Amino acid sequence: MAPTGPGRDVAIVAFAQSDHRRRTDELSEVELLMPVLHQVLDATGLKTSDIGFTCSGSSDYLAGRAFSFTMALDGVGAWPPISESHVEMDGAWALYEAWVKILTGEADTALVYGYGKSSPGEVRDVLTRQLDPYYVAPLWPDSVSLAALQAQALIDAGDTDETALASIAGRSRAAATANSHAQVRGSRAQGEYVVRPLRTGDCPPIGDGAAAVILAAGDRARDLCARPAWIRGMDHRIEAHSLGVRDLTDSPSTRLAAERAGFFERPVDTAELHAPFTSQEVVLRKALRLGEDVSVNPSGGALAANPVMAAGLLRLGEAAARIHRGDSDRALAHATSGPCLQQNLVAVLEGES
Amino acid sequence: MAGSAATEVLRAPLVVEFPFTRSLGPVQSAFLTGLRERVVLGVRTGDGRVLVPPVEYDPVTAEEIRELVEVAPAGTVTTWAWNPAPRRGQPLERPFAWVLVKLDGADTSLLHALDAPGPDAVHSGMRVRVRWAQDRTGAITDIACFEPDDGGEEAQPCGHSGEFEDAVTGIVAPARLDYTYSPGRAQSAYINALSARKTVGERCPDCRKVYVPPRGACPTCGVATEERVEVGPAGTVTTYCIVNIKAKNLDIEVPYVYAHIALDGAGLALHGRIGGIPYDQVRMGLRVEPVWSEGGRYPDHYRPTGEPDADYETYKELI
Ligand SMILES: [Zn+2]
Repeated sequence: MAPTGPGRDVAIVAFAQSDHRRRTDELSEVELLMPVLHQVLDATGLKTSDIGFTCSGSSDYLAGRAFSFTMALDGVGAWPPISESHVEMDGAWALYEAWVKILTGEADTALVYGYGKSSPGEVRDVLTRQLDPYYVAPLWPDSVSLAALQAQALIDAGDTDETALASIAGRSRAAATANSHAQVRGSRAQGEYVVRPLRTGDCPPIGDGAAAVILAAGDRARDLCARPAWIRGMDHRIEAHSLGVRDLTDSPSTRLAAERAGFFERPVDTAELHAPFTSQEVVLRKALRLGEDVSVNPSGGALAANPVMAAGLLRLGEAAARIHRGDSDRALAHATSGPCLQQNLVAVLEGES
Repeated sequence: MAGSAATEVLRAPLVVEFPFTRSLGPVQSAFLTGLRERVVLGVRTGDGRVLVPPVEYDPVTAEEIRELVEVAPAGTVTTWAWNPAPRRGQPLERPFAWVLVKLDGADTSLLHALDAPGPDAVHSGMRVRVRWAQDRTGAITDIACFEPDDGGEEAQPCGHSGEFEDAVTGIVAPARLDYTYSPGRAQSAYINALSARKTVGERCPDCRKVYVPPRGACPTCGVATEERVEVGPAGTVTTYCIVNIKAKNLDIEVPYVYAHIALDGAGLALHGRIGGIPYDQVRMGLRVEPVWSEGGRYPDHYRPTGEPDADYETYKELI
């Protein structure tokens, strides 16, 4: 049995993502996902039968179908039965589950994937179904409207203004020109108000996409990857469901998760933040006390591609890929879920010099 | 037939609709009954704060909280967002502002809509009051919306106890989501072939099994399947069950047999109803063929071909 406990080192050793597109009618979910799975397996030389644990994130409400993840399982060769689990959440939380599984010594390698097709439905309406069913969901407040309430609270608090938000949009989409997978790249007009104070440019694109990573422990990771992205810490926290109870201009759950992940111990050079709306980057920078010296979302972030249920896993993958390439030595990766940054996951990744 | 000719990808509307029926705890019941009676109630936490809308457990300490407090039906906007294009189900059909409102006497804010002429008429800190719905049932929508408070007649709370006759104990929350479903390449090809009364599967390049209906991937090998293979039309019953309960809206007499059928050339069985033979004479190994109804888009049922039963060894791998 392999060593267990917090002493065990676990790393992201491979990352792949699809091209994120407005619609992918010609592909079922498994057809969307499979090339990405093959890419991470090929990168490590592993076969599906070599994987100790498989975990995925997706959403039935997005797919409009019960148990939709079972179809996608065909892509990992799930028969004969494999050690597998699914979270009805972003793949980032699947990665967390897989990390815990490896820490316990139950597995040495894990395949983690997340995917989502927003194109078949109206994602603004779909996301209302995650809200409090008694007091909030019957009003159908869509995801842009809730983010706009948070943006106005930030403007009233003097934390940002529309010009600053526009510059976040511009910087993200300029960064995405170097990311061939991104859906929205290069300069783009801020556009009209979708829900004031948020304009088109402040909102993420709607689209379909998938991402996958492979995790491995200790020497196995060193065998599979020249420069593994070691997970030095990872934690996730949640805030009160009711928006009116929370201070929308802050994200104490992100700060606490970052603290528990060891983020504040030493500076990072890169931060991949899951901020689908420009205003949410303002909140996260404040919560994490990120300085201007940190490269934030060099991939373009969720403003350049936001495949729901994979966008958080993409942040972990993009941060890891920078470490793999030697572009980063210590990176923060963040994923969010729920309205107005309700739930937040933070991981700290490092490369060995 | 073999090959992988380009396929027109199918698309069709898909509506998921469900009336969620939810029961209420004592605090939610009091709050929603209160709205029906034009009374707004909050709940007091251990440290003395008043939460509106109320919850049953303290969001900080997780302690159970039950002390109801009446608050005013008027308050102050803490943040807002102008919604120029209301969506289905939202409180107002004309442009409105989403608002979080801290009602007088409350320490937290309630989300709702504000009826205002335009964004210039809205700001954080503005005074607003509840506009009650004409017909109230004990739901958050009993508040039709908020409206600017022009300083007119003030409805002051009078210390309501939160006790009501005929309290609301549940809500029905209808949900409807609309999709345009597309089954992707592999399943489109399968459905298109069915319209010509052909059953087409896909062969795995690794294990050579033919999957029908195809989903574009081999669940054993985890690789894409692309080579299309026509299977059937006849097949073998590999296993079956006898259905004795009549399904709602299904015009089939019970008992009837539902079976797994391995179509000739297929690597796994699909399922279908067996007809044209008494239910108690269906057996493993029975040879069957599809029966199409006029204009049917898939086989209505399968009936015996009259051939001798298949040998167990020929289908045991497919059970
Ligand atoms: Zn196969």
